Amino acid sequence: MSELLELRDLSVTYRTRAGDMPAVRGVTMSVASGQSVGIAGESGCGKSTLASTVLRLQPKNARVDGTVLVNGQDVQTMRWGHLRALRWAQAAMVFQGALHSLNPVQRVGDQIAEPIRLHDPSVGKTEAASRVGELLEEVGLPAARARSYPHQFSGGQKQRIMIAMALACRPQLIVADEPTTALDVMVQAQVLGVLTDLVRDLGLGLLLISHDLSVLGTTCDRVLVMYAGRVVEEGPGSGLFDRPLHPYGGALAAAFPRVGDPVARFAPIGLPGDPPDPRSLPSGCAFHPRCALATAECTTMDPPLEPHAGDRKVACLHADDDRDMKLLLGQRVAAAGEAAR
Amino acid sequence: MSGDLLSARDLEVTFGGRNGRPDAKGVDGVDLDVASGEILALVGESGCGKTTLARTLLGLERPSTGTVTYDGSGLGYGAGALRAYRRRVQLILQDPTGALNPRHSVYESVAEGIRIHKLVERKRAGGLRVTETDLVSDALSHAGMRPPERFYLNYPHELSGGQRQRVVIAGALALEPDVLIADEPVSSLDASIRGEILALLLSLRERLGLSVLVVTHDLGLAWNIADRIAVMYLGRIVEVGTTEEVLAAPKHPYTRALLSVVPEIDQIEPIVLEGETPDPTRVPSGCRFHPRCPALARGEAAAAGVDGDCRTRRLPVLPATGDHRAACWLPGRLGAS
Amino acid sequence: MSAADVPGPKALSARQVTWRRRMASAGRTWKEFQRHRSGVAGLCVLVIFVLVAIFAPVLANPEGLLRTKATGAVLAGPTSTYWLGTDEAGRSVLTLLIFGARVSLLVGLFATVISMLLGTVIGIASGFLGGWIGGLLYRLTEWFLVIPFVPLALVLATLLGSSLYTVGFVIGVTSWPGTALLIRAQTLSIKNRPYMERARVLGAGNRHQMSKHILPNVMPMVFANTTLTVAGAILAETTLSFLGLGDPSRVSWGTMLDSAFNNGALTLGAWWYLFPPGICVILVVLSFTLVGQALEEVFNPRLRDR
Repeated sequence: MSELLELRDLSVTYRTRAGDMPAVRGVTMSVASGQSVGIAGESGCGKSTLASTVLRLQPKNARVDGTVLVNGQDVQTMRWGHLRALRWAQAAMVFQGALHSLNPVQRVGDQIAEPIRLHDPSVGKTEAASRVGELLEEVGLPAARARSYPHQFSGGQKQRIMIAMALACRPQLIVADEPTTALDVMVQAQVLGVLTDLVRDLGLGLLLISHDLSVLGTTCDRVLVMYAGRVVEEGPGSGLFDRPLHPYGGALAAAFPRVGDPVARFAPIGLPGDPPDPRSLPSGCAFHPRCALATAECTTMDPPLEPHAGDRKVACLHADDDRDMKLLLGQRVAAAGEAAR
Repeated sequence: MSGDLLSARDLEVTFGGRNGRPDAKGVDGVDLDVASGEILALVGESGCGKTTLARTLLGLERPSTGTVTYDGSGLGYGAGALRAYRRRVQLILQDPTGALNPRHSVYESVAEGIRIHKLVERKRAGGLRVTETDLVSDALSHAGMRPPERFYLNYPHELSGGQRQRVVIAGALALEPDVLIADEPVSSLDASIRGEILALLLSLRERLGLSVLVVTHDLGLAWNIADRIAVMYLGRIVEVGTTEEVLAAPKHPYTRALLSVVPEIDQIEPIVLEGETPDPTRVPSGCRFHPRCPALARGEAAAAGVDGDCRTRRLPVLPATGDHRAACWLPGRLGAS
Repeated sequence: MSAADVPGPKALSARQVTWRRRMASAGRTWKEFQRHRSGVAGLCVLVIFVLVAIFAPVLANPEGLLRTKATGAVLAGPTSTYWLGTDEAGRSVLTLLIFGARVSLLVGLFATVISMLLGTVIGIASGFLGGWIGGLLYRLTEWFLVIPFVPLALVLATLLGSSLYTVGFVIGVTSWPGTALLIRAQTLSIKNRPYMERARVLGAGNRHQMSKHILPNVMPMVFANTTLTVAGAILAETTLSFLGLGDPSRVSWGTMLDSAFNNGALTLGAWWYLFPPGICVILVVLSFTLVGQALEEVFNPRLRDR
């Protein structure tokens, strides 16, 4: 398998008036063609910052350390003209706010054709139009809809148009940052279906960013869980969601309970406290102030990401291959509920 | 039905069409009961009318026909009657960041309702010796902001999302209501905070005996906290029953489809419906779900001999109480009657 | 729900809480304001002018205003006794200038208070109430906005007679529509915020919503706009006085310019009579504008980040 995207020890720090703010702290990961990789985490955990570095779209006040390789080329140091050619043609991005990023007074077909003709001026009008038709059909819309205006589409359809636009120059890698956040479950299922089909049929690489671990668990081959700028758990999608080994992974998985799971009934599981301020991270393991398993050791030692059985990696001193964190948290909450009664 | 605190009967809410478009029925015939101490989840996709129904139950929208009754008496729409009603039924909005005035401190936000309803004066007239600070402090503690006085002077922007939602809940609790209507109470919060807020709603029911109507699109949330579920589609409730009944053995094809696309459930083959909730200005004839119904498309309805009914015969409004029922012509769905 | 479980000594009364909050907020605003150098410079100039106006009787003998008691030569240039020369009646221009500051600032403030009260009340009411009342108020605002200022002010001033307060009143009632439109737009945007819905659900009536939610949120804008309006009002006072509609019994910078012009200061080259009031008007107007702009940036976070 060839690696489409490789991040090696990536760190991103925002320089602000109030001091340096580390957003991503040493992340190493890769995406191969035909593979979908998900990154889960809460707002402020650095997942969107990480995604923005793939196409060098990070804000100006961000300092990037480490390497970002797309098809083996270093994105962060390449020349501007080279980067422009790489955007769209080799890697493309689908954003969360897609519903508002279409030009309301231009036909969607023309908007999809724009990157095609910008990247290859030799493509004629009719050729571009037929490409647009193919692209629309790839995302499950009739080719004839190219002549419609954005307001004639629903939210889910607009998100599909954004995906079609990202596919316009035949990139091998798609980075999708919360592509389904504003959408209903049924429409979310439609859009996720389109993305998984593309990965399977066209052999694309997909980097999917979401706060919803359940979405990633069912969509992605591999999932990384980020907390305070760092990967705390990594593993195969469904395996990680079903049996998280890190307490934070457990909390994220439990936040979207399995309907029918008796443990979750009348026992919603949450974490006490709030995500840490990146400017003043807790000592040791950044998660320890909110962790039910934290010991004195956790306050001083920040555990590295270590391999575990079943092709998994966990950064936790208390990780045990035989212990399901989601279940453990559920039992604790249930026990507390019993005690309160 | 002595236990029913808040009920809707034959409720319809019509929005006047603008620019010559026809009228839209946001709510199109709904019977609903919220019993005392019950947590009821109102589930549906955006645009199905669930928020309109919630706003109508709060008296923020006036129904075009039908009635809302509270504790046996009809809801009045005069200023005085509505104000009195506000003390009984309170709202928790989706986005706590927008729901708090950025220029008001936590104390002022929580004290607002107390001042509007002159609760301190009322309680003193009743012989209780309380101050406004006592009431604010109590409300904040009930909402899990402890110690309360630490937060008095904070402004919303100094709090985390979860804390803001707790302040909103405290502001509602300060009025000592019987019913909370929570419109997507956790959908704008971080995943790890969700559980804490849901656990708070559960504990409020335990400790204060509150009834909660949760409006949500999230079936997992319903499974987490709700006693009963009402599934809404295009202005109507299409299935109602206890949470276990509706989610373990859904009767309506729409509920089945919704359940099948919840990412956590991978045992079921996902039934992805095409399109989105249709336009409330053009409600389909017969069963309002029939153009998207997988049971009709697969011939299940034809096999049962009801496909004609599906396309042409209007379904009755589901009764608010009683057994697990679904508004569907397939055999055995409409319940025992 | 009892008072028993409330921690006693640490609990603050509502008034203490509000007071602390106000102080903290004012402190933050002042800190932010200090970062705008032009605003601070404007404020310093204004403080000097206000002090001069307040202590005018100390700085100069009020008798110097009386034509009958004038001691100097007619239209004489600056000397060691008359630092800024004399006017056509032999009075000290400096004395006139000092007492003129009083009248000019007073009229400016008086006009601004009227304008702000009208503008804020009408702006909030027309934005919040909607319906026919809101529509009517909006039309009224637009109607006043399109009437040219000078002719209307001339007519009103002639009808009401010339006195200090008439001039202030005339300027006040002609300058509010701009403020009203600004406040109305702001009100419309605040009206749809979720916290307004929360207030309605808590049982708040229109009056509560307008006074507790809309007013505090438009207040910074009103405040910033006030300083800009004062500048306009002082300029308007000068204009009206220059056109001969000022209070003839009182000296203001505008009436000074008027009599300087009428007595041929321009042709006689009596620059000491023309320049000082003109420069004072420019300085005060500029200072108010600078302070107003700085306040606008302090109160409007969207401008701040630019």
